[in-house]
Amino acid sequence: MPLHLEIVTPEKKVFSDTVANVYLPGADGELGILPAHGALVTALAPGELRYEKDGVVTALAIGNGFAEVTLEKVNILTDMALGDDQIDAAAAEEAIQRAEKQLLSIDHAAEIEEVAHLRLQIAKSLAQLKIKRRHH
Amino acid sequence: MANLRDIRRRIKSVKNTAQITRAMQLVAAAKMKKAQDQAIAGRDYANQLNEVLVNLKANFEEETHTLLQARQGKRELMLVVSTDKGLCGALNTNLFKKVRSESGDETHYVTVGKKLRTILSKLGKEMIADFEVKDPVPFAEARPISRFLTKQFLDGHYDKISIAFNNFVTVMNQEPTIIQLLPLSSETVGEAQEFEGVGFSVVPGAVDPSKDYKFEPSPMEVLDALLPLYINFQVYQTLVESRASEHSARMVAMKAATDNAKKFIKELTLEYNKARQAAITSELLEITTKEPSFRSSALLSMPTSHKPATSLPFSMRWKFVTAPTAWKPLSFWKCNNTSAMAGCALLRCLRPMA
Repeated sequence: MPLHLEIVTPEKKVFSDTVANVYLPGADGELGILPAHGALVTALAPGELRYEKDGVVTALAIGNGFAEVTLEKVNILTDMALGDDQIDAAAAEEAIQRAEKQLLSIDHAAEIEEVAHLRLQIAKSLAQLKIKRRHH
Repeated sequence: MANLRDIRRRIKSVKNTAQITRAMQLVAAAKMKKAQDQAIAGRDYANQLNEVLVNLKANFEEETHTLLQARQGKRELMLVVSTDKGLCGALNTNLFKKVRSESGDETHYVTVGKKLRTILSKLGKEMIADFEVKDPVPFAEARPISRFLTKQFLDGHYDKISIAFNNFVTVMNQEPTIIQLLPLSSETVGEAQEFEGVGFSVVPGAVDPSKDYKFEPSPMEVLDALLPLYINFQVYQTLVESRASEHSARMVAMKAATDNAKKFIKELTLEYNKARQAAITSELLEITTKEPSFRSSALLSMPTSHKPATSLPFSMRWKFVTAPTAWKPLSFWKCNNTSAMAGCALLRCLRPMA
């Protein structure tokens, strides 16, 4: 039974093909999806998504979003999906430093949303770095 | 009759204008293509988002989320998405008409785009914020706007938040549209979108809702995380639609301007040629009518040796200088082949008389 994986961001459809398996960074921890998985909707945390196609495992850094899993397909809905070659490690590190500096300067009690957003930025950048470092 | 030089000057200036409008038309066409592609690219995301929402809807009690609850109050906040630049036809005017007819006196405004911001502030409307959006619209720029609007709603400053924008229907047709952003009405969430343009044309129920979905961490938490995304995406989509509308309206307006200028140049050229021809005709007429005096006074007083048959052009010039009327001999020599030939023919007629 094939498993169809689709990854979309607001800007474009990043990936759409049949794969052997998918590993997702779920909000509660990593999920491994094989064909014929039960119907599931899960929130995603920024992290690493891996899928295997023709024996080759590919990793993508993804942002937060959702995954919808049915028997034969996995739909990923996220605001970021970057492959190894699209990640700029220096820019990611810079983004982390910038966000951390900002985190120190703002009032955490008053700007809960801003804090959450900055933490999210850091998590997304870390996910990028993780992918980059693994492959070099 | 208009002065020849004036007409020539006008033709030149209209040509310049046509060049500019043509350039603007081409630029707008390229940008429109990009904006359209962007709006189409968002469609996959919209479909997926919608699928998840359809599935969720079966699992949560309606009206349980603050963002879904309708309120009694009438305080309204409207996000008006206009353009930064003009020269895009009646786009902003139409949007403004729509805004004015659909919003009450008490409505407060948030603006994107300079054009309607200027108009609304001139009218003394309450403006609480203004955002600038780059071109092409980056997804990240929708976030501060949607976050600001959501915050205004959740803090209880406003009971209803809507967006006024130009919906891109076709290249020739942009429709000013007002949609309600907040509270998200539970009827429209997860249903077909009202955008008919390139952006949304979502068919609901692509997924069988009877499927027993499991939600992780929990339906409520998924909803909590999903609704802000949904709002964010709607704001993004309206921005993209507006951009596509702006560029297509500008392209159409500039095409009309270029065509007009070309027509105008044609008319002016015709007028110019007519005026030039008339000037030549009157010059020739004057030559013929002045012939008797020419013969009696000037030419006859010249020594015979200065009157070879081939010297007629010289003698003509000489005659112009001495003629009492305001002649411009140079213009005679500058005229084109046809009139020069006509002039020569006339001169040949004059020769025997001289």
